[in-house]
Amino acid sequence: MLGYAFRRLLGAIPTLFIIVTLTFFMMRLAPGGPFDTERRLPPEVEANVKAAYNLDKPLVTQYGLYLAKLAQGDLGPSFKNKDFTVAQLIGAGLPVSVTLGLCAMTLSLLLGALLGTWAALRQNRWQDYSVMTVAMVGVTIPAFVTAPILTLIFGVYGIHLFGADITLPVSGWGGGALRNLILPVITLSLLQVAVIARLMRGSMVEVLRSNYIRTARAKGVPEYRIVLRHALRAAALPLVSYAGPATAGILTGSLIVEQIFGLPGIGRYFVLAALDRDYTMVMGVVIVYATLIIVLNFIADMLYAVLDPRVRLS
Amino acid sequence: MISTTDKAETLERAVQGRSLWMDAWRRLKRNRAAMAAIAILALMTLMAIFAPFLSAWRYDEINYDLVTCAPAWWPGPSLCTAPGHIFGTDAVGRDLFVRVLYGARMSLAVGLVATLVSLVIGVVYGATAGYLGGRTDALMMRGVDILYSLPFIFFVIILMVLFDRSLILLFVAVGAVEWLTMARIVRGQTLSIKQKEFVEAARAGGVSGFGIIRRHIIPNSIGPVVVYVTLTVPTVILTESFLSFLGLGVQEPLTSWGTLISEGAAQMETATWTLVFPALFMAVTLFCFNFIGDGLRDALDPRDR
Repeated sequence: MLGYAFRRLLGAIPTLFIIVTLTFFMMRLAPGGPFDTERRLPPEVEANVKAAYNLDKPLVTQYGLYLAKLAQGDLGPSFKNKDFTVAQLIGAGLPVSVTLGLCAMTLSLLLGALLGTWAALRQNRWQDYSVMTVAMVGVTIPAFVTAPILTLIFGVYGIHLFGADITLPVSGWGGGALRNLILPVITLSLLQVAVIARLMRGSMVEVLRSNYIRTARAKGVPEYRIVLRHALRAAALPLVSYAGPATAGILTGSLIVEQIFGLPGIGRYFVLAALDRDYTMVMGVVIVYATLIIVLNFIADMLYAVLDPRVRLS
Repeated sequence: MISTTDKAETLERAVQGRSLWMDAWRRLKRNRAAMAAIAILALMTLMAIFAPFLSAWRYDEINYDLVTCAPAWWPGPSLCTAPGHIFGTDAVGRDLFVRVLYGARMSLAVGLVATLVSLVIGVVYGATAGYLGGRTDALMMRGVDILYSLPFIFFVIILMVLFDRSLILLFVAVGAVEWLTMARIVRGQTLSIKQKEFVEAARAGGVSGFGIIRRHIIPNSIGPVVVYVTLTVPTVILTESFLSFLGLGVQEPLTSWGTLISEGAAQMETATWTLVFPALFMAVTLFCFNFIGDGLRDALDPRDR
């Protein structure tokens, strides 16, 4: 198991290397550069600026220099925000993105598993059909449609319930206040809740038909214990292997959600940085995201082996 | 002699046709949701194709006298109404109805072309890996694994930003993201098909490897591939509109649903209709594709219900 973990982590290095190389050369082969402005700089100044950032050297040399820096954990200076390094900018944005992502992931898992289990226990009855219909809606309607609708309902019109006026902020981080988090997290979770509910229902239906559940029933184990103690563990396995795609989905969604709700996370930086040709910033964000995906996939694999004694990692 | 073989061939074809595709079609016809979805999609496609003839206005016809005007029947608040414009007008007075239909053109075209790209790459790659097997297979699928773990959407964004949002690039980039799963499905199918007796018979008869892949393996793995294709189209449409929403999709005055939704979301407080109609059209289309995909899966693989 430890050996497997070690080899898996070693295997992540070439993947990261490929990502870095691809991103680096893709960006450099494109027309335009970080110092193209409306007003052209005098040629001497431009040459000096380029020399300062090593942009005058051959591409392969630049690549080597970047890798050497990267190996020391240095992501370089941002080309656009000149007083900051990429690490500082990411350091400022990452807590926002991670908070958002973790909240969304937790909510999706809990709600999705709950709804899926409920639907499976009431298979082919109205509860099942309504959960699956809602899940279908959740899968088809993208975040950039739900976000404005939620904003309109909760932010602009406000909800008036039992005399209380519930109006949520629709923009800004507010220092991480819960009120500011609610709408972005809900928007980000909807799709994942839907997918996880469908997955959970499928696997729960299957598990409930299996022999050891029948044995438990025959022994007279109460139904809630059967579901909680016996079925849930086996039925949750597909959720674990869905962790990788789910992470990727939430990262993709966060690009949109951070933009719509005006959150200062790294997803929003990424689009801006790409538009600005801020080479180092784009590289930095891609590396951080790729690492996140790889690490979460790794944790999922390990968890899978822990949860399912039939899986032998070798 | 010749007529006997002919007869046998016809017979074989008839039996095979009944056994899979006719049965599947019969089951699909009983699925009312899927049939309704097919009808709606057909209508949507026709409307998209004949869009210029369905509206009195061109899609890029600007009218500054009717800026963000609601349709005459709109129940909500609005500053002005635009008689004749059944979906109202947008921020520069263009007819929203014809623009939604042009958006449908773009989104459906991207959906079909990008899916086709992913289909061709995925099927050829997957079938080759599965048929060759052994070390080649392991190497090829390891490549797919690595690509899977890449944050693809970032590459697509970088590509779109850096290479000036060319339409062809959009097709190729989105298609290139989606071929991975296709390759896995086809490879899995190929692995099981190549063990079958008829493949062995073909090999004994001296058919080349390429011929076996083309004549036997690909036709026999169509079932799951068709299901996956119908589920890929909506994913592709979503990806395209995601890019358009970020401002990286097609350029004005052309439009797509993502662009329209993004414009509508910006002014939804005062002009809700500019958000509602494109969002509705897109949601209905995605629904239809999902229903068809689910229906096809049930029809082609009845065990799984």
